[in-house]
Amino acid sequence: MSSKLFTAFALMTLVLLSWGLYEAMIGAPTEATMGAVQRIFYYHVPCAWVMFLCFPANFLASIAYLAKRNAAMDAFAVSTAEVGLVFCTIVLLTGPIWGKPVWGIWWTWDARLTSTLVLWLIYVSYLMLRKFSIGGPNPVLAASLAIFGCIDAVFVWGAIRWFRTQHPQPVFGGGANSGIDPRMMHAFFVNMAAFTALGILLVWLRYTLERVHQRVEEAHAMKALGGAQ
Amino acid sequence: MRFLYAAYLITWGVIIAYIITVLMGFKKVSDEMKDLEKDKRL
Repeated sequence: MSSKLFTAFALMTLVLLSWGLYEAMIGAPTEATMGAVQRIFYYHVPCAWVMFLCFPANFLASIAYLAKRNAAMDAFAVSTAEVGLVFCTIVLLTGPIWGKPVWGIWWTWDARLTSTLVLWLIYVSYLMLRKFSIGGPNPVLAASLAIFGCIDAVFVWGAIRWFRTQHPQPVFGGGANSGIDPRMMHAFFVNMAAFTALGILLVWLRYTLERVHQRVEEAHAMKALGGAQ
Repeated sequence: MRFLYAAYLITWGVIIAYIITVLMGFKKVSDEMKDLEKDKRL
C-alpha cells in the first residue's frame, strides 16, 4: 500500500464525511411529515449503497478465486465481505430506529427487511466459516457461500420493486412519484460520496491487513516445514 | 431528535469499533512478524 496515497485518500474521506454530516444535520431542510427523524435517511441509504457495492465485489472476487486460486483475490473477497457486513449491520440498526417513530413498530417481517436479515446471517456464516474452521478447503467453501449471499443481495435490492412492502418504495427511479427536494438531494449525494469513499478506505485497509496476514501464515508454514526436515 | 442522534451515534460507533478491530489486527500480525524474525536469528 502506498502510504502517502492512503493518507491523502483518508483525509479526503474525512473532509467528505464532515461535509456530509453538516449537510445531513443542518444543510438539508426538515421533512414536513416525519420531521428530524427523516435525516436518518442520509446515513441509512448510503450505508445500504456501500453494502450493495461490497457484496457483488465479494461475489466477483470469490468467482475469481474459485477459477484461479489467487491469494490476492481471496484477500479481496474477505475484505469486501467484512466491510459489507459492517454496513449491513448499520442498515439493520438504523432502519428500526427510523421505523419506530414513523411506523410505530421497530420491525416487520416484510420482504425487504427479512431478506436483509438473511443477507446479514449469510455473511456472518461466511466470516465464521473462515475464522473458526481449521485447515481444509475453507476459502473454497466460503467462496461458494458468497455466491448464495450475492443472490440474496439481488433479492434485497429487488424486494421493494417486486413486492408490496412496509419499507418505503425506491426514492430514485421508482416511477413518477419518486424523487426528493433538490436541497435534500444535495445532502444525500454528498453523503453517498462520503460513505462510498469510506467503504473504499475500509476495504483498502482490511485488504492490506489480510495480505500481511497471508504472508505471516506462509512464513509460519515455511518454519514448520524447516522444523520437520 | 433522540432517534436521530441514536442512529448517528450507532453508525459511528459501529464504524469506529470496526476500525479499532482492524488496527488491532495490524498490531497482532506485526508482533507475529517480529517473533518470526527473532526465531530466524536464533
